[in-house]
Amino acid sequence: MKWLKQVGWRHGVAILILVFAMVPIVFVVSAALNPLGTLSSSQLVPSGASFGNFTRLLGDTAFGSWFLNSIVIAATASAASVFLSALAAYAFSRRRFRGRRVGLLSLLLIQMFPQFLAIVAIFLMFSTITDYWPAIGFNTWWGLILLYLGGALGVNTWLMKGFFDTVPRELDESATIDGASHPQVFFRILLPLVAPILAVTGLLAFIGTINEFLIANVFLTDTGAKTLSIGLWGLVAGERDANFGMFCAGTLLTAIPTVLVFQLLQRYITDGLTAGAVKG
Amino acid sequence: MVMQLDGPATQRARPPKPDMPDKSAGWFKIILLGLTTAIAIWAAFPLIDNKAWTGLAILIGTTAALLYLYLTPRHIPAKYLAPGTILLIAFQIFPVLYTASTAFTNFGDGHRGTKAEAVVAIQTASVTQVPGSLQYALTVATTGDTATGPLVFLITDPATKQVSAGDANGLTPVEATVTSAGRVTAASGYTVLTTGQASLRSKEITALAVPTAGGAIRSSGLSRAYEGKAGRVYDASCDCVRDTTTGKSWRADESLGLFVAGDGERLAQGWKVTVGFSNFTRVLTDPAISGPFLRTLVWNFAFALLSTGGTFVLGLLCAIALHSKRVRGRTLYRVLLILPYAMPSFAMLLVWRDMFNTDFGLINNLFGTDVDWFGGSASARFAVILVQLWLGYPYMFLVATGALQAIPGELTEASRIDGAGAWAAFRKITLPLLMVALTPLLISSFAFNFNNFNAIYLTTEGAPFPADNPANGATDLLITYTYRLAFGGAGAQYGFAAAISIFIFLIVAVVSAISFRRTRRQEEVYS
Repeated sequence: MKWLKQVGWRHGVAILILVFAMVPIVFVVSAALNPLGTLSSSQLVPSGASFGNFTRLLGDTAFGSWFLNSIVIAATASAASVFLSALAAYAFSRRRFRGRRVGLLSLLLIQMFPQFLAIVAIFLMFSTITDYWPAIGFNTWWGLILLYLGGALGVNTWLMKGFFDTVPRELDESATIDGASHPQVFFRILLPLVAPILAVTGLLAFIGTINEFLIANVFLTDTGAKTLSIGLWGLVAGERDANFGMFCAGTLLTAIPTVLVFQLLQRYITDGLTAGAVKG
Repeated sequence: MVMQLDGPATQRARPPKPDMPDKSAGWFKIILLGLTTAIAIWAAFPLIDNKAWTGLAILIGTTAALLYLYLTPRHIPAKYLAPGTILLIAFQIFPVLYTASTAFTNFGDGHRGTKAEAVVAIQTASVTQVPGSLQYALTVATTGDTATGPLVFLITDPATKQVSAGDANGLTPVEATVTSAGRVTAASGYTVLTTGQASLRSKEITALAVPTAGGAIRSSGLSRAYEGKAGRVYDASCDCVRDTTTGKSWRADESLGLFVAGDGERLAQGWKVTVGFSNFTRVLTDPAISGPFLRTLVWNFAFALLSTGGTFVLGLLCAIALHSKRVRGRTLYRVLLILPYAMPSFAMLLVWRDMFNTDFGLINNLFGTDVDWFGGSASARFAVILVQLWLGYPYMFLVATGALQAIPGELTEASRIDGAGAWAAFRKITLPLLMVALTPLLISSFAFNFNNFNAIYLTTEGAPFPADNPANGATDLLITYTYRLAFGGAGAQYGFAAAISIFIFLIVAVVSAISFRRTRRQEEVYS
């Protein structure tokens, strides 16, 4: 009885939520393995197992290039945005200057504008850019990365600033007295100490970019230039039933890079997600 | 999943050796500034070629400011803020301000360009084939993807065999290989469409008219084109458009941005004009808009609150259940419970949509029911919130676990010794401490869910729709409603959509500002 009261209920709750969590994932796995590959024939438990959906996906669609595009864009954009955000967080946390308060609040405010409505403006802007500089125009990696980097400063900067605030100022002050310049303080002392929050914002940015749909949909129109979200959406937008198996196979493959990044950064994750808030 | 909490302060810092030379950093800086200058020079050429002097001035000004900033020892904060801020201004603030400014115009379908462009469009659209119209051989090509790229007419002069490329801006001569029949087989810079590809886009081909001096070139079929005469002509003396056959005239109305005839008939093609606050007043006064707007607003709040609150409760429940070393298999539980977070959310939204399918969806199959989930308002709303719960709880689980571990165990133990039950200890000690830590995350989660476009667009698309208003459904959030107004099938109304997005912005900003004011987080800003 005592066991039930102290430990048993914990298993009960965890198992209940686990069932809720796993049903859609098991469904995706079995639909991906479903030899028929249609939605109407997909069940929770697969009726057979074949890798036909995977071979069809890799053979008949441009999945390989979608995957490459997504990885390159998400990795570059999230790494660069973490760096830009860390630079700004350092200034907001360690420096006192005019407009600091206004700057911090406006960073938060600008995020609250439903940004995708600016898509018309972005479209018009990049139509001109494509004319002038095709290398960073529509259907290019660099254009989309630049566009995503426009959002580098934002909620993440706040999260990072909170974490920077928890690092005692005495550390950088003593280094300054020892003769370290401000870039040295930033790169050699602070950056290693705030690694957890860099990992967390990196992961959040990565997941956000891999999943980004609206802007990429306007931006990437050539089949070979598409990202995973646009490409997979195209698979089920027209023939929802017939391509469902392929779509699920693609979903599973899309999860792989996210899981890998997650594994890579996991020892920092819980640290960083709350630290900015908890330890302030 | 390793969940350790090493505060940054407990890790040891390695201060740089004071005697370390700073030369490599200096070289690095010179290389970076050199690269910046090189990129600026590369970017300048197209601007000069196109005589875009404003753009050139901005480019030179920005580059000069950057060089100054990183060469002077002063302005240290600006050195750290400049890179992110420049990108922020270029790709977020500028588009947002531009969008906000369109809220004061009638920008949208039929009101896209200037008056002169409207006149050209009206004249071109009225072109008809008349006896003696010049005939050309036509090849349809594109500058982009064969299925979606912009269309171009490659037109071969029957006498000279000279090929010209024509689009909505007019004709330009091009180099091309031509068959004896006048058909183009290859042209530099263009992809020639096959007959099959062209027939798939026949609607666009029929609609395309290439303006010429006396009228326009239009297609007749996929391989012939003619140069016709304009049936409607702009007359500057009366500032009106006149039909050459019937003599009817439409006078320009500068406040509407339209050509209006004496009997009130309007030409579809207009131009962009400033309309003041009428888009804003329309949201509030037009009953066809304000009714759905209020209904959607209420549901929007409910959706954001339920999504945020629900995921928080569920995530917290997981975190508390697993916050005990005595639970066996804790690590495995954690990995599996976080798995939904690792799945791509856009794809899982589509999977959930199909799981709710009435005829062959998994949910009806599992429970043996026959519910039309997206057919009724209540079930559709329940469904989208359930989906949000699934997508969102792992994040809350993660942050709640971290926050729980940061609460010293002595606190709850002390309350136990004082005689408090487990529930009382949780309610009086743990929960308040958790809320302090997590409120800022809950507020940002609320702001995110308030505008959670994908959650609706990829599942119900706003359905079910009432019979009398196909533009506003029961599960529509303000943002999906606005999206339909801006880009939907009934014709784009960018100006009006921009006005609504300003309302959304104000609502979210006010709610967040009030909540932030009540948290400690706000104090940190002012410190």
